[in-house]
Amino acid sequence: MTSVAQTPVRRRSWGDTAKAWAKIASRELSTVAITIFGLLLITFFIARVIPIDPVLAVVGDNARPETYEAARVELGLDKPLWKQFAVYTGKVFTGDLGRSVLTSNTVVDDIKRVFPATLELATLGTLIGCLLGIPLGVLAAVYQGRWPDQIARVIGLFGYSIPVFWLGLMGLLLFYAKLGWVGGPGRAGVAFQDLITPITGILVIDAAIEGDWEAFRDAWSHLILPSAVLGILSVAYISRMTRSFMITELQQQYVIAARVKGLSEFRVVWRHAMHNAFVPLVTVIAVSYMHLLEGSVLTETIFAWPGLGRYLTHSLLNADMNAVLGGTLVIGAVFIGVNLLSDILGRLVDPRTR
Amino acid sequence: MRHVAKLMVASAFSALLATTAHTTVAFAQTPKDTVVMAKQIDDIITLDPAEAFEFSGVEVVTNVYDKLMGVDLAKNNELVPEIAQSWSVTPDNLTYTFKLRPGVKFHSGNPLTAADVVYSFQRAVTLNKSPGFILAQFGFTKDNVLEKVKATDDGTLVITVSKPFAPTFFLNCLTSGVASIVDTKLVKANEKDGDWGNGWLKLNSAGSGAYKVRAYRPNEQYALDANESWYKGAPKSKRIVVRHVAEPASQRLLLEKGDIDIARNLSKDQLAAVKTNKDVEIVQGDKGYILYLGLNQKNPNFAKPEVREALKYLVDYASIERNIVEGTYKAHESFLPKGFLGAIDDKPYKYDPAKAKELLAKAGLPNGFTVTMDVRSVNPITDIAQAIQSSWAQAGIKLELIPGDGKQTLTKYRARTHDIYIGQWGPDYLDPHTNAETFAINENNGEDAKSKTLAWRNAWDIPDMTKITQANVLETDASKRAAVYGDLQREHQKVSPFVIMFQQVEVSADRKGVKGWVIGPSSDTNFYAPITKN
Repeated sequence: MTSVAQTPVRRRSWGDTAKAWAKIASRELSTVAITIFGLLLITFFIARVIPIDPVLAVVGDNARPETYEAARVELGLDKPLWKQFAVYTGKVFTGDLGRSVLTSNTVVDDIKRVFPATLELATLGTLIGCLLGIPLGVLAAVYQGRWPDQIARVIGLFGYSIPVFWLGLMGLLLFYAKLGWVGGPGRAGVAFQDLITPITGILVIDAAIEGDWEAFRDAWSHLILPSAVLGILSVAYISRMTRSFMITELQQQYVIAARVKGLSEFRVVWRHAMHNAFVPLVTVIAVSYMHLLEGSVLTETIFAWPGLGRYLTHSLLNADMNAVLGGTLVIGAVFIGVNLLSDILGRLVDPRTR
Repeated sequence: MRHVAKLMVASAFSALLATTAHTTVAFAQTPKDTVVMAKQIDDIITLDPAEAFEFSGVEVVTNVYDKLMGVDLAKNNELVPEIAQSWSVTPDNLTYTFKLRPGVKFHSGNPLTAADVVYSFQRAVTLNKSPGFILAQFGFTKDNVLEKVKATDDGTLVITVSKPFAPTFFLNCLTSGVASIVDTKLVKANEKDGDWGNGWLKLNSAGSGAYKVRAYRPNEQYALDANESWYKGAPKSKRIVVRHVAEPASQRLLLEKGDIDIARNLSKDQLAAVKTNKDVEIVQGDKGYILYLGLNQKNPNFAKPEVREALKYLVDYASIERNIVEGTYKAHESFLPKGFLGAIDDKPYKYDPAKAKELLAKAGLPNGFTVTMDVRSVNPITDIAQAIQSSWAQAGIKLELIPGDGKQTLTKYRARTHDIYIGQWGPDYLDPHTNAETFAINENNGEDAKSKTLAWRNAWDIPDMTKITQANVLETDASKRAAVYGDLQREHQKVSPFVIMFQQVEVSADRKGVKGWVIGPSSDTNFYAPITKN
């Protein structure tokens, strides 16, 4: 019975490990390439079939026919579709995502500006989701069917079902307008706007690097509410998943064995059961993180947050194709990146893969 | 792993503390010399005066650049010389001579001369972007502009137009953003591949106006710095910051909290709410935007004059104004907005279902018909469309609403594949011809038409009205010109496939202490320079 809790582990040589990783890497890379190409193809054609005239975004409704025609040619829309796609793909491979017609900037510059804003929100939101969601899920599993479980269920239900725009507005009303604990919509107060030179693009980090603690406080006070709103969604998801993983683990034989051995309940739950539940949980956290990284359009709109979600929606509704394609590519790349990361993390925490 | 678990529980608590017990942050009110606005500015695609044609872009241009002519808002939009100190026109109405104000300097310190005006006009006509036609309609092309627009010396400019247009028409067009004067040296220094500096000017400024662009980040904000040596005197506030806040409810919260001074896009409900706040004041201005229904004449039912008239009796103007758009639109039934030369205030139509039924019976449709309307999914357009849907049902007309995004409904409208389009029209410049042209001129109703006006989009073939409207632009006597526009509008009300319903009222909610902010009749006349606060 004693051998149940621990599987004997065979130590691999460094050479073996490196080879195994190289194999994984090459497999992943080819998947990445195919996925990105597919993504490009689908987005491109979806963007072309939507019934919105992209020239309108450039010249507006009142332009004369000559002006309209000139803009159409300039956008390359007079060429056949396959040619447009070939030209675009060719440029993408040289790192040129084209220019956004709405902002007049290159799409690469635009994304450099909007993505950190989303990254900041999503990371803090996921952090809140993990720090609150995991303990909550564990509690719910341990006290399954009793009041801590019920409370966790209510919190989960709340996070799942409350519309995020309502939650955001109520949060602003209470914590900003009434209590004055946090900053209002926007990434920074007017007095602090443009004070911090972007290094990472993430305002709280840049302010900390510069050592400007007033700006840091200001940025933090603007960041906390929208990320808490996103965090609640993430808490709901992560806590429910943690609960179900933990319930499965707690019914396993090794848990009974541990209990028979006389281990403390804390040790049984956190050392043994949690250790195993953590492997699938990493994937869950990654999924939740990716979801937030796509940019939450509603949250970004309510909080006047200049992030990726708002940028993409605005571009799509104006048929600003370069921006839409560029944004989608970035999201695709991030998806693949986070997936890869969670795979690696999963391998690292899972003793069976060592 | 044990440490990890303990750490996680501990951090969970500290995170909880951080979110809930985050003690009161001392927020700076808006800085003293800076006026902060919240506004939807995501319509801006460029700050280049030769290209800007959207509401928010034009508003920036007018505060950054100077023009030859301007309008006096206090005197019913009367024309006044600005960079031109004086002007004269030959008796044949073909040649204008402008004497420029001496000593005006650009933000860069370069002097503003007649050569800069020539360059600016040449640039606008050659680039020929969206607003380019406002100048081009006077016969300027990229090949002849240097002969038509000439600097005879540093302070004198001679302009020759192609037809004896009404001087009011030409001069009114010179007040629009596309006629802004740019700093030749600075623009040329930033030229790239023969783009006339367009790429650079999209995001920067080279003007002589009240403010200069300090920083502009699309869809986020723009900040303007005062030009202390502006020829009209230094602006009252040192800096203007306009932040993009899409959500009106968020704009309201920011305003009530004092984090902004002016909220520009509050809806009817939010306005009603902030009115009770004693720290907030409301500023209003009539805007030239007309809200109307366009009835496509390709639909055989709408080709019947009785049906068109019946529909005009089937809109409950008063109830929509009271219940949906109060304070932001008011009833208006003619194609020239109030404040324009020749505008009339006649409202011949009121909600009258009995009369409408009578007209429908006469048209052979006593039981009504089924029809669709393309509706942009924004308020108040959706609400108005729904109100119309219910009142049309009274006369047996089954109206199906097709929701869509703005650009999507517009794409369909421009292709003439709609039944009914509900939308807004904003004048391109401060002269009645801008609306008369689009509502009452259709030179060629075919698919190959060069000029696709609103009359064309609704397939309304009007050779006679087209001639009258075109002739009126040559009428030099301003009062005669106004009288013809009056007759045109009355005729138009009777026969046109346009159900003109409302004129927009722009409303801005300001913190108490904000003074001098006046909303003009167009984006070209929303001036920041007089704004002060204490």
